[in-house]
Amino acid sequence: MFQYAMRKTVNAIPILLGVTILVFLLVHLTPGDPARLLAGPEAYEEDIAAIRERLGLNDPLHIQYWRFLNRAVRLDFGRSFRTNRPVMQDVSNRFPNTIQLAIVSIAWAVTAGVTIGIFAGVRPNSLGDSLSMGVALLGVSAPSFWKGLLFMLIFSYWLGWLPASGMGETLFSVDGMKRMIMPAITLGTGAAAVIARMTRSSMLEVLGQDYVRTARAKGLAERTVIYRHALRNALIPVITLVGLQVGFLLGGSVITEQVFAWPGIGTLVINGIFARDYPMVQAVILLIACIFVIVNLIVDLTYSLIDPRIRYN
Amino acid sequence: MHVLTRLSRHRSARIGGVCILIIVLMAIFAPVLAPEGYNDQNLIIRLRGPSAETPLGTDQLGRHMTSRIIWGARISLQIAFMATGIGLFVGGTLGLVAGYYGGGSDRLIMALMDVLLAFPGILLALAVVAILGPGLYNVMIAVGISGIPQFARLVRGSTLSIREKEFIEAQHAAGASDARILALHILPNIVGPIVVFATLRVGTSIMQAAGVSFLGLGAQPPLPDWGGMISQSRQLLRTAWWTGIFPGVAILLTVFGFNLMGDGLRDALDPRVRIAKKGTEAPRESAVTAD
Repeated sequence: MFQYAMRKTVNAIPILLGVTILVFLLVHLTPGDPARLLAGPEAYEEDIAAIRERLGLNDPLHIQYWRFLNRAVRLDFGRSFRTNRPVMQDVSNRFPNTIQLAIVSIAWAVTAGVTIGIFAGVRPNSLGDSLSMGVALLGVSAPSFWKGLLFMLIFSYWLGWLPASGMGETLFSVDGMKRMIMPAITLGTGAAAVIARMTRSSMLEVLGQDYVRTARAKGLAERTVIYRHALRNALIPVITLVGLQVGFLLGGSVITEQVFAWPGIGTLVINGIFARDYPMVQAVILLIACIFVIVNLIVDLTYSLIDPRIRYN
Repeated sequence: MHVLTRLSRHRSARIGGVCILIIVLMAIFAPVLAPEGYNDQNLIIRLRGPSAETPLGTDQLGRHMTSRIIWGARISLQIAFMATGIGLFVGGTLGLVAGYYGGGSDRLIMALMDVLLAFPGILLALAVVAILGPGLYNVMIAVGISGIPQFARLVRGSTLSIREKEFIEAQHAAGASDARILALHILPNIVGPIVVFATLRVGTSIMQAAGVSFLGLGAQPPLPDWGGMISQSRQLLRTAWWTGIFPGVAILLTVFGFNLMGDGLRDALDPRVRIAKKGTEAPRESAVTAD
């Protein structure tokens, strides 16, 4: 197991390095001079030259990359072009909000997805199966921002049950929870639908296995067969999917945060793109991509712990 | 049984096909079907709700939502097909090369694809738009690039499974060139999974492009982009819900149609899946991913 874990971890390093190269190149692939952008439209050539020198933009590309990597490792992405504050100051203020939203969303997605998947999987080709899978496919097919606006229209404007936007002081308060419900459901519904489809298919496969037939032949109650024997094995592939969905949720949070004015890093990156605030965009994109890689690594390792066959393949 | 016959007996594929057909007809015949041009403004009827006269209502500039949604089908399909085409062509070529030649080129290409896969789809598209700037064509490229690694992985995997087959060895022995083997013997044998994934990818591309447009980085007004229309409706949601809800329904039906068709195609192309006479497909699942 240790060897497998080491091999997987070592494999992730070049990917992370590649991610830093792409994120570094973001500024250099963009048409225009970042120094001119930072200096503003009415700056003198001397000022622009001074900024270029200060930012090290006159150095060869590989030296600039090395400097970027050194700073990135220390979570130093420089100052925002827009606010002139250190980028990490804004990112570290907002990041917990995004993580909070992602955790609640994935909890909702797993609960709803697995429940619907089991429901459909134990009664294949029935009306309930068709209906729940139809709803799941609709959930995958509806854009998250539209679902968010639909929820907002129904639950905030028409029924007046939930606040339309913003984040509460703390999640552990009535206001905080109320404000969390719609963004979390909006963000997690797509993932819930994907998990439901996977759980169903996995359940169907497991329910056809010999050991399930044996369990039934022993005279065990159907409930015990499903939850004790089938579900435990059916959930193994679902774990990989959940890991992948965590990454997608972090990406998707960029849009959901815009819909609900949620003060997370998604809002930062969008404002950054509009203002061409490259340090901010680089920091957020790099952070999300790194989390995505690390979550996938954790999922791989967890998967191999649960199913030892993986290690030997 | 012929693939098309199997497809026509597949319930999901039939429903998906109808959805796709409606959207494609809307896109082709937009000038005939739309009651007005997509930017014909009439402030006298601004923000009018759905009625017999204006079936899907009007927006803040008095433009018919029906017309804008019909014209929007053109833009959405244009973006989706172009983006899928970019992903398929670039990713497919890279996957073929990696899978067929193996060795260093395989390692290099797949390392690059792994790096691209480290970015969640929408984030990669946003990063590309951050470089290229907003606009219709840039969204096509951005969404297309975000599809490249998935196509490359799929095609590489399929190519690897075919490369070692005896009929390919026979071609080598007969002195066939690599280009000939790739084009005439490998490609036709891996086309099934590619068609299925490309169909599903059209739906994903529509969603991603709509997301980018919703953030204000896609097709710019007055172009009737569905995502952009929803974005512009945000301030009006309380008073004129139809300006945001109907374009979303259009996206939903289109993506739903392509997802159903993708599922149907996969079952029809897989001889192991038995499709019952009455159209109830065997229990299988797709790998549709939320984005």
